[in-house]
Amino acid sequence: MNIHVSYPSRLYSDKLSLDCGSTRICHDISVAIPDRGFTVIIGPNGCGKSTLLRGLSRLVRPSAGKVHLDGKVISDYSTREVAQRLGLLPQSAQAPEGIRVGELVSRGRFPYRRAFSTWSDEDERAVLAALQATSTLELIDREVDTLSGGQRQRVWIALALAQETPVLLLDEPTTFLDIAHQIELLNLLRNLKETGNRTLVAVLHDLNHACRYADHLIAMRDGRILFEGSPAEIITPSNIEALFGLRCVVISDPVSGTPLVVPR
Amino acid sequence: MSKFRFAPHANPLLKRCQLYLLLGCMALCLATLTGGQYDPSASRLLATLLGHGDPLTNLIILDLRLPRFLAALGIGAALAVSGSIFQRTAGNPLASPDLVGFTVGSASGALVTLLLLQLSGNAVILGALLGGVLSALLVTGIAHVAQARGERMIMVGIAIAALLAALNEYLLTRAELDDAQEARLWLFGSLDSLSWSKALMVLGGCALLLPIAAQLGQRLRLLELGNDLAEALGLPVAYSQYALLLVALALTALAIATAGPIGFIALAAPQLVKRLTHTSDIGIVAPALMGALLTAAADLLAQRLLAPFQIPVGLLTGALGGLYLIYLLASQWRRTL
Ligand SMILES: Nc1ncnc2c1ncn2[C@@H]1O[C@H](COP(=O)(O)OP(=O)(O)O)[C@@H](O)[C@H]1O
Ligand SMILES: [Mg+2]
Repeated sequence: MNIHVSYPSRLYSDKLSLDCGSTRICHDISVAIPDRGFTVIIGPNGCGKSTLLRGLSRLVRPSAGKVHLDGKVISDYSTREVAQRLGLLPQSAQAPEGIRVGELVSRGRFPYRRAFSTWSDEDERAVLAALQATSTLELIDREVDTLSGGQRQRVWIALALAQETPVLLLDEPTTFLDIAHQIELLNLLRNLKETGNRTLVAVLHDLNHACRYADHLIAMRDGRILFEGSPAEIITPSNIEALFGLRCVVISDPVSGTPLVVPR
Repeated sequence: MSKFRFAPHANPLLKRCQLYLLLGCMALCLATLTGGQYDPSASRLLATLLGHGDPLTNLIILDLRLPRFLAALGIGAALAVSGSIFQRTAGNPLASPDLVGFTVGSASGALVTLLLLQLSGNAVILGALLGGVLSALLVTGIAHVAQARGERMIMVGIAIAALLAALNEYLLTRAELDDAQEARLWLFGSLDSLSWSKALMVLGGCALLLPIAAQLGQRLRLLELGNDLAEALGLPVAYSQYALLLVALALTALAIATAGPIGFIALAAPQLVKRLTHTSDIGIVAPALMGALLTAAADLLAQRLLAPFQIPVGLLTGALGGLYLIYLLASQWRRTL
């Protein structure tokens, strides 16, 4: 598979504050996303994980602070330039009634549209690669409404892959999937990171999955970063209690050797 | 067959649907020009169309029936494309200029101009447009303040429309008999005694606005995926929404300025195309043709059903629209049960 990443990507925020209406959701967040890593954001419901992803991808204008992408403040790019460098799969993605898989995935090529010309070899190659990477090629003529949850989630990821951005942010990509499909999807993401040289950021709810797949964890609570680092460094009983108010023991995962959180 | 497998391509069902709709419009043209109270023979009709007919046939075909038929096509196309834009930006099959209060608001505007301000002619058209725009702004404004989107925005629209409908009734009961006669026409659009100048206005307006709608319509493909994903894919969402809304409102305004408020077309035409073709990406051409066909057919029925009495076409489409709305709601409820 050939996914081109032609420059080193770099995404970080500097004292970023984000508001929703008049309420401040994220406070003073300075965070650097490791290049070509798999970063996972964890934290209780409503702590501002989605808002942070939206801020990092310029969907929310900062009320204070800045986001930097590839050496420039992100607001200095056009919407389209951002879309060629950074992709976001939101929590709320919805498929229009009756749309087919192939049609949906090819909409991921929108950032590369040119005036008057319609479709290029490059577009064709990117869509095919995205479908193959997510094993959704055989689904192209199916209506998205008729797919299973796991298939549908893979289709959304295919759309984000067709966008061919070096940085990809995913908001809760495994929610609503059964355990087998969650693992399948996480393996797919890890594979993408390793073979495609991409920088991935995902919000995940399952701590043990986060520990197993992430090489960098960001833990948020009440709109602030409580701690960040590699799972082995930061997943300790006292940190988990501070983050979720949950008493637990942390043992070593017998399969992967990463931290395994067991509630008391 | 193109060498590309994934290029966005027109659905074959959609192409076939467009062809049938076009044929339908042609058949309807023939049915409208012939038949009825004055049914010209084929040779007289042909002579008139070729420019050497007798005066009576010329009058009926060229000055009465043809402009009316062409205007019906233009009005239907404008309304249907407007409705299609509303529905696809809101992601809701119930969204339409009718349900954001534009249609009933324009009736209020016309009635206020006619009955309270005692003006007539073009001032009434202007009043109607102003009323429509104001009530649409009112609905979207309230919805914006209340952060209501989709279904809830439509609820706001229904509430405002009910208030305005009551206002309209009140204005009518207060009116002098002569005024009330003219005013009632503004409650339901009508194509009676439509002149060539109005027909040319609506066709010219369509020639200007429909290409713009087709160009902007590309953006609907992205907006349908939700605002966040659309923006993440590089679409300037707020600008696109405003531009699309503006074109949709201009199309509705064009239709209302020509023949008053004709309900149901904007609501139903895009949905019918969607159901017939099983695609979400219906483009601009198919809904335009469907709207044109529905409006011209409804107007033909309105002329002939109780002839010589002429039913206002808006009354007919309104009644059909009510039935259609019940069907749509019932099928939605069944799906959510
Ligand atoms: N559109 C909105 N209007 C008002 N408050 C919002 C809106 N979206 C999110 N919030 C609030 O922002 C906070 C953070 O939300 P979010 O970023 O979605 O959290 P998470 O993704 O961590 O669950 C929540 O308390 C939520 O109530
Ligand atoms: Mg969230």
